[in-house]
Amino acid sequence: MDLRFSPEEVAFREEVRTFFQTQVPLSIRRKVIEGRELTKDDIVTSHKTLHKRGWATPGWAKEWGGTGWSPIEFYIFGEEMQMNGVPSPVGFNVTMHGPVLIQFGTEKQKKHHLPRIAACDDFWCQGFSEPGSGSDLASLKTTAVKQGDHYIVNGQKIWTTLAQYADWIFCLVRTDPGAAKKQLGISYLMIDMKTPGITTRPIITMDGGREVNEVFFDNVKVPVENLVGEEGRGWDCAKYLLGNERTGIARVGTSKMRVARIKELARIVPSGNGSLMDDPQFAEKVAMVEVELKALEMTQLRIISEDRKSGRRGKPNPASSILKIKGSELQQATTELLMEIAGPLALPYVNQDPDDIGHNEGPVGVDWALPTAPAYFNNRKVSIYGGTNEIQHNIIAKAVLGF
Amino acid sequence: MDLELTDDQRLLKDSVNGLLTRRYPDVVKTRAEMAKEPGGYNATGWKEWAEQGLTAIPFAEDDGGLGQGPVEMALVGEAIGRTLALEPFLATVVLGGGAIRHAATADQRARLVPGIVSGDLTLALAHQEKQSRFDLFDVATTAKPDASGGYVLEGEKMVVLNGDSASKLIVSARTAGDRRAKDGIGLFLVDPKATGVSIRGYATQDGRRAADISLSSVKVAKDDVLGDPAKALAALERTADEAIAFLAAEAVGAMEVLHEATLEYAKTRKQFGVAIGSFQVIQHRLVDMFTALEQARSIAIYGSMMAGEDNATERRRAMHAVKVQIGRSGRLVGQDAIQLHGGIGMTSEYKAGHYFKRLTIIELSFGNTDHHLRELARMGGLIEASKPAA
Repeated sequence: MDLRFSPEEVAFREEVRTFFQTQVPLSIRRKVIEGRELTKDDIVTSHKTLHKRGWATPGWAKEWGGTGWSPIEFYIFGEEMQMNGVPSPVGFNVTMHGPVLIQFGTEKQKKHHLPRIAACDDFWCQGFSEPGSGSDLASLKTTAVKQGDHYIVNGQKIWTTLAQYADWIFCLVRTDPGAAKKQLGISYLMIDMKTPGITTRPIITMDGGREVNEVFFDNVKVPVENLVGEEGRGWDCAKYLLGNERTGIARVGTSKMRVARIKELARIVPSGNGSLMDDPQFAEKVAMVEVELKALEMTQLRIISEDRKSGRRGKPNPASSILKIKGSELQQATTELLMEIAGPLALPYVNQDPDDIGHNEGPVGVDWALPTAPAYFNNRKVSIYGGTNEIQHNIIAKAVLGF
Repeated sequence: MDLELTDDQRLLKDSVNGLLTRRYPDVVKTRAEMAKEPGGYNATGWKEWAEQGLTAIPFAEDDGGLGQGPVEMALVGEAIGRTLALEPFLATVVLGGGAIRHAATADQRARLVPGIVSGDLTLALAHQEKQSRFDLFDVATTAKPDASGGYVLEGEKMVVLNGDSASKLIVSARTAGDRRAKDGIGLFLVDPKATGVSIRGYATQDGRRAADISLSSVKVAKDDVLGDPAKALAALERTADEAIAFLAAEAVGAMEVLHEATLEYAKTRKQFGVAIGSFQVIQHRLVDMFTALEQARSIAIYGSMMAGEDNATERRRAMHAVKVQIGRSGRLVGQDAIQLHGGIGMTSEYKAGHYFKRLTIIELSFGNTDHHLRELARMGGLIEASKPAA
């Protein structure tokens, strides 16, 4: 047993870090570190910078642009990306739709779409959740009825993240309402967002952000060639997609970056005769988060170490199931502490909606403190999306504890 | 980076688990019988530990040991945690052995280590005092030089683990400075039968034994002054850090058993005509226990990686974190295990309470959760502050 990284791994970390710090614009990285909202241009610029280096789709099969990294290299890459405030390559493209297409797509679909997905020439979004189908995803109602060489899609998706930027959407739709099991009648479709009949409406979240949307489908014609996998087997794609993400989900690097930021800011905020960081109660709250984070980091390393030994073919380590729960709790704890540092300085509300200039009063308040409350409000989502933490409890109870 | 055990470590794990599960076929009953023996453990059994080489693990090969490290020690700790074994491994090998490894001269090690390794020499580290709580430097017991080059000890030691059965005591005492000065602490090898040593042994809450020891004009020969009589604090700190890493592994072993037992109980205990584990509220509590256990397991591994760190500041920082996580996980797993068992969990006949009590005692020992959290915060935590944007 050894916690130290090999000289090659240390050199790899250095290479990755140098690339991030010199090639990804500082203005974008500062926005991530300071908890500010990114524009589409920020996200795509960062994605394309990584893509040029061959690092936007590291997890893909090599023939489609993967890097063939070891689990430990993936870990180092992810950690450095998060600690340096580099926006992740578009997840819908890279960790969701791309891998599904590689696994289930036809040669023609792969050849056409994968290069554009990898380069983020097309920005994808995910059409899974519906108003009545949150945790119970398989109850979804959006229908796709085959008519000749098209499906006619009708229904509504919700919580569609960044649909306003998207060129394409991958959707779960019901193709067979009479199937014996509700999972069996579902298919996985790719839909061009410019197709007539699609309407996107923003849902303004409590932090004032415009991140999620409702997407309506009104007799949308989708060519049958856009079906991925077999008709009625879309649930297999969904399960594959949701099971794909393992260690990255904990976002330990992001929480580490925020702890470093907490300490930076708490030192400049006065409290009593010293700084907030001198306040033992505050310092202990930070230390508590760091302890949990260290344990989670070690949990992640345990899984990676085991993956490496088994060549990722072994049975998933049961410990991997706690990454989502603990990781989300720590992301929330760090954003909460950042807001506590700001204290009353967190109050000024800055409208971030660029379309809503009428309410933009211009610079107010103390710049670093402004994003802290919105970031706190926004991060309540992390224990909800990707399967709520309560659903995660159910999953562990079933898969690990054998209930 | 490699967190997998080596083949040798796997063999050790299997053999120590084999030994202890064989020696403790029924944890509650076996312990109750053994606790009646002198010293509160089975002396013949302790010889078996020595025969398997367990008592030799941390000592340098030059001193007659196996030259292994905190990972191997943790494997023993975890097995002790699973069986609540009573043999004085913590007192003799971790604490007494640690003090000798870190403070004693080469000659003294050559004299003492073979006895520990063979199982003939058992030790107790008589360090804690009534007022010292968790401050390792807080020592009121005094050591005054005498004409022969030796020292005369005067003072009171409290809750000395296995202090009523050890064949030798290692006593900390102050040769210089105020009660809370960091310099001026020495370690002294004392025969428990020496004139002026008075020992009152008692059972502890976790079924082990400890003693209060009073030292009145106790003479220590020159050869029995372990190393520099004014510079023992670093050795004590290092020993305490190793003890924390060891106890973390022990706690993980105890938590594992509690989680397994509670899971099994939830699947078999029927109320309202169904297993109570069919209720979601019970399932989620067991998931919380599982999460706490896995986080504890992870931090214990971190502890055994960092216990051998030579940089005392970095080692200390790590052990603060280890003890905090272990304390919190242990409390959650222990309390929930009792709660989910209901009435049966409250009984002394059933094993859960015994594991819960051991976890509780671990939390109180070598600095509790609050102490280590406070110290970690004072040191600035684990992660460095970021630099302001240029």
